[in-house]
Amino acid sequence: MLVVLTFLTVDSLNVTRAGGIQVPNYDVINQEIGYANDWSRGFEVPVIGASEPLFGRTYSLPEATELMKLGKAVIQSRACMDCHTFFGNGAYYGPDLTKSWLDPAWSQIWMPMTGAATRGDAMVEFLMHPEQYPTWTRQMPNLHLTRAEAQAVVAYLKWMSAVDTNGFPAHFGRIQTQN
Amino acid sequence: MYRSQRLALRYFAAAITLFGVMTAAGLLSALYYVDSSLLYNVFDFQMAKILHINTLVIWLLMGFIGAVYWFLPRELGREVVGIWLAEVLFWIFCAAVAVVAVVFIFVQYGSSDQFSMWFINQGRKYVEAPRWAAVGIVAVVLTFVYNVTATAWRARRMTGILWVLILDLVPLSVLYLDAFPQITNMSHDLYWWWWLVHMWVEGTWEVLIGCLMAWSLMELMGTSRRIVEAWLYIEVMMVLGTGILGLGHHYFWIGTPQYWLGIGGFFSALEPLPLLGMVVHAVYDAGTHHMKTTNRPAFYWVLAEAFGNFIGAGVWGFMMTLPQINLYSHGTQWTVSHGHFAFWGAYGCGVIAIIYLVLQQTRKAQNFDSRAWKWSFALLNLGLVGMVGGLLVAGITQAIYERAQGGSTLQAFVVASENQWFQSGMYARVIFGLLFAIGYLVLVYDLLVIGKRAAVAQRTQEASA
Repeated sequence: MLVVLTFLTVDSLNVTRAGGIQVPNYDVINQEIGYANDWSRGFEVPVIGASEPLFGRTYSLPEATELMKLGKAVIQSRACMDCHTFFGNGAYYGPDLTKSWLDPAWSQIWMPMTGAATRGDAMVEFLMHPEQYPTWTRQMPNLHLTRAEAQAVVAYLKWMSAVDTNGFPAHFGRIQTQN
Repeated sequence: MYRSQRLALRYFAAAITLFGVMTAAGLLSALYYVDSSLLYNVFDFQMAKILHINTLVIWLLMGFIGAVYWFLPRELGREVVGIWLAEVLFWIFCAAVAVVAVVFIFVQYGSSDQFSMWFINQGRKYVEAPRWAAVGIVAVVLTFVYNVTATAWRARRMTGILWVLILDLVPLSVLYLDAFPQITNMSHDLYWWWWLVHMWVEGTWEVLIGCLMAWSLMELMGTSRRIVEAWLYIEVMMVLGTGILGLGHHYFWIGTPQYWLGIGGFFSALEPLPLLGMVVHAVYDAGTHHMKTTNRPAFYWVLAEAFGNFIGAGVWGFMMTLPQINLYSHGTQWTVSHGHFAFWGAYGCGVIAIIYLVLQQTRKAQNFDSRAWKWSFALLNLGLVGMVGGLLVAGITQAIYERAQGGSTLQAFVVASENQWFQSGMYARVIFGLLFAIGYLVLVYDLLVIGKRAAVAQRTQEASA
């Protein structure tokens, strides 16, 4: 079993490296990202679209890689995983962040609320001052993120939304829930 | 009494203390769900959760280490080699746990630099402890491994249980090294993180508790070594056969290849089999001894361990392990329900059973019984099952309304969390959590007094005779 696991691990790490078959390179943050059904595989997969600069600029691959390193460092230092889930792993007090970049709530709720012109800017504003933009009884605490840290987290979430997660979460953002 | 056994008693005292901290932090974590304004921006949910799950790992680890330090000299008939080093490291271990807890409570988190990783919070679930403390845990575990292997070597004696234990301690130590790296790619990070979490909890810990239960059954019911070792070998083979590739059920949705859906689904569906073996073993032993024992608390906690492990880890895990179901149950309170039941059944009950077994021997009481242990047994297990039930209702509500119907957006998350079934489940969790906490207090009282009066009476009777 260990031998089998070793072979599978080598293959899995190759498939999941940044730029691998299921995990895009970090400079994917410069492009539009969607989530659509792939009929051949029977579930939704990320769809990488046209150019879409983040925070008004295009990042080179080394710059995007540095941004991701910072984003991951922020996520660990603030223990985001102990409230939220990433790919469904973590705590369960806050919403899952796997496809958070694609969440319609950013454009429907937070962009008007913050007055930001783009989804990315609205996310940054929210992450820096969450107590000013409450949308529900469970509020995110203020974790004292600098603008650079907040931008790095947003970039990280955009990259994560482009990871092919075998259809998890199913039907993300395609169903309007009635309260 | 060997020095190693006196050290074991200290480990048990520390374990039970941390069990209390875990319970208190768990209750606090539950309260955020019913009052979300609680301690907002002062001591938020994630810090209570971190305290809850880290003390969970440490109290069980301390219980296991204490149990081995208790049984080892009895098994080999000699003092543990290098016991002075283990004694020193025990106090360092306790001091480190206290410092980390103080940092978690008062400092909480740092900025996004290496200082935070080394001295404040690593922010990876279960391994949030800063790196300096993780180095300390490695030192404690390596000393523990040295104690066990060197003692067996000097004694020139090996038993089947010891072979299994020593071989198990190697991956137990090596896997913990996974607590250090900071990997940018979340898919890679989670890939290795599961090696630590799954292989520890569903691999090395299962084997370790199997060894401890084997020793316990020999002492508790006089079961022959031949029988317990045969069962242990069967269980180990099945754990290795199903658990290693059962790891795959954590690789469904983290960006890993699609073949994990089939591999993980198949092997994790087989994972309950070794746990079923434990139940058969326990029922067989209990039946052959007609449920008679001189240590009823330990006996009943062993039974709770066997059934709790099978139902909590096996059945509850199986319920959500197939990818077709896991797509909707993953990342909901359903997982929390399984986690509580599995940790309690597989490990919590086992550690408590061993502590009762040890106390009977240290207090030299033949009539080892009380009313309090029955109350604590009932309250703890009822509280736990109630919490698990509440969380299951909440989790199924999320699976339906948030995942299946809602498409997992923020709005869907809110709708599911506002649903009356979810909220009822969360209130039930608080109420049964309180019962569990009362059960803990009764347990502490009982552990302090059980057998003492009987031992005094016994000695008086012997003196007068």
